[in-house]
Amino acid sequence: MQFSLKWIAVTGILLWSFSARAVLTIEITRGVDTGTPIAIVPFSWEGPIKPAQNVSDIVEADLARSGRFAVLPRKDFISTPHEDKDVVFKDWRILKAEALTIGSVRLAAPGKFQVQFRLYDVFKQTQIAGFRYNVSADLLRSVAHQISDIIYEKITGEPGAFSTRIAYVTREEPPRGLPVYKLQVADSDGFNAQTVVRSAEPLMSPAWSPDGNRLAYVSFEDKRSKVYVQNLTDGRRELLAEFTGINSAPAWSPDGTRLALTLSRDGNAEIYVMLLNSRALKRLTFDPAIDTEPSWSPDGRDIIFTSDRAGSPQIYRMNASGGSAERLTFEGDYNARSSFAADGKSITFVSRSQSGYRIAVMRLDNRTQQVLTDTSLDESPSFAPNGRMIIYATEVRGRGVLASASADGRVRQLFKFEEGDIREPAWSPYNRELQYKE
Amino acid sequence: MKKRKHLAASLLIAFAFALAGCAGEEATKPTAGDEKGAASAQTAPATDKSAAGASLSDREKQRRAELLAQRRVYFAFDSSTIDDEARAIIEAHAANLVANPQIKLSLEGNCDERGTREYNLALGERRAQAVERMMKVLGVAGNRIKTVSYGEEKPLCQEHNESCWRQNRRAEIAYK
Repeated sequence: MQFSLKWIAVTGILLWSFSARAVLTIEITRGVDTGTPIAIVPFSWEGPIKPAQNVSDIVEADLARSGRFAVLPRKDFISTPHEDKDVVFKDWRILKAEALTIGSVRLAAPGKFQVQFRLYDVFKQTQIAGFRYNVSADLLRSVAHQISDIIYEKITGEPGAFSTRIAYVTREEPPRGLPVYKLQVADSDGFNAQTVVRSAEPLMSPAWSPDGNRLAYVSFEDKRSKVYVQNLTDGRRELLAEFTGINSAPAWSPDGTRLALTLSRDGNAEIYVMLLNSRALKRLTFDPAIDTEPSWSPDGRDIIFTSDRAGSPQIYRMNASGGSAERLTFEGDYNARSSFAADGKSITFVSRSQSGYRIAVMRLDNRTQQVLTDTSLDESPSFAPNGRMIIYATEVRGRGVLASASADGRVRQLFKFEEGDIREPAWSPYNRELQYKE
Repeated sequence: MKKRKHLAASLLIAFAFALAGCAGEEATKPTAGDEKGAASAQTAPATDKSAAGASLSDREKQRRAELLAQRRVYFAFDSSTIDDEARAIIEAHAANLVANPQIKLSLEGNCDERGTREYNLALGERRAQAVERMMKVLGVAGNRIKTVSYGEEKPLCQEHNESCWRQNRRAEIAYK
């Protein structure tokens, strides 16, 4: 019953993916015991064979990962209700639960499941949410993430970001033959991975379109960097930039009509904006230094980017139509790969200190900078669309892995895929299409 | 590890050529790693012709062969500055290119894993361009040189330490 796990050091939550190969372990490397105490009663199951996806386990893992909840251990539960009529609030008050989730999964028709869940405020003894979903087996994970989003929003007052996806690049090196690079897209918890592109040459820099339907990325399949855009629904892709020199660092404008990118077609790495319908290019930077890694402010007015014009890589901000640039970072001699939080109030980037490359966040109003991580080769940070989490790449025992941290740095976890070297995560925008609730 | 093998191979080849007294041949084979190519390389115009008419001493020939056998120049962290060691290698290749106008080459810039991938892609290009610029100054026509950057995507050495990183911060001179 005790839930005073102070700064949980390495608590492993083992989750098994039932997709073709990968076993994924999510390890909470830094946790907190603050957060709303919530009890999640394992959902009941009615039907002959249990579905592979355990909805309540997924919900529990989502909420635990967020750092905003203290998920109460099931072994302490006095009762295990699945229906509204069986809920005894006293049983949950004793456990100091503030919120309670119950539910059930039923085989409604061959291949069709009905998922029901209810969320209660234990103190007020009222139901604060309740939904029913009818879905096929392949959507059970999505439903679980939607339930997590609803609980998160009802309890914290902010939207959840569990029903989102992450894109990332993997590299596997078979004992013989060429290495295999894959651009993958998975659910926000790392499960349900799908391969978007596979290549024997490096892939880099996946960038989500604002509608979440397309990915821009860099591919070396022609032995040099070129920028492609690929549609995730039909798999069609377009070659967008193959100018002389490097073609790289694509970033979508918030309205989806333009792509900022780095080209060296004029001899030096500069930032350009391409109008997607006409492919017209406008050059934004004119500096003999390296200018790269553009990222748009959510209102589309500014572009932040990396430049070593002052002698070392630092973050700058300029108007999205070009002009002079203002330097934003002054701490340390290496700050790069910046991107905005969805509210436009802070940015995240890679910052080098004596102990290595770490993920930092800067508030733009007072320019205060906070380092979130304590590992040494951290890269490629991007905010969840609700601004509460940041996903990034790091290195554990010589292998690239994904990790996430809460934007305040209090909670961190590692996504450990069984094989391959993982890098370049990018968090998708909200996906508004995945709604099946009744 | 791999790098060391290459180096050993390169030195062996260089030594073999020095003994044979035909330093110029080295230039016609495709890449440093291609040992078979080196072994079967046929006689090419000797560099002696270009070397200001003077006949080279055996020591100078050996030195030139050693430099030409090196197909990689290395850089300091976040730098594209060419140091003395790199300069000597680039000069040897430039002289070889001037003497053999039919040869083309590609310069491939690379970085170590530290820092961000996109920045490193630009840095790798800058390294390739630094070598290119020097070759042009030394009389090699620009249309014979192609540059490409792989950033930190093609490390020679996969470990996460300085001895590995310094092998990865490089420009590769690849004859076509």
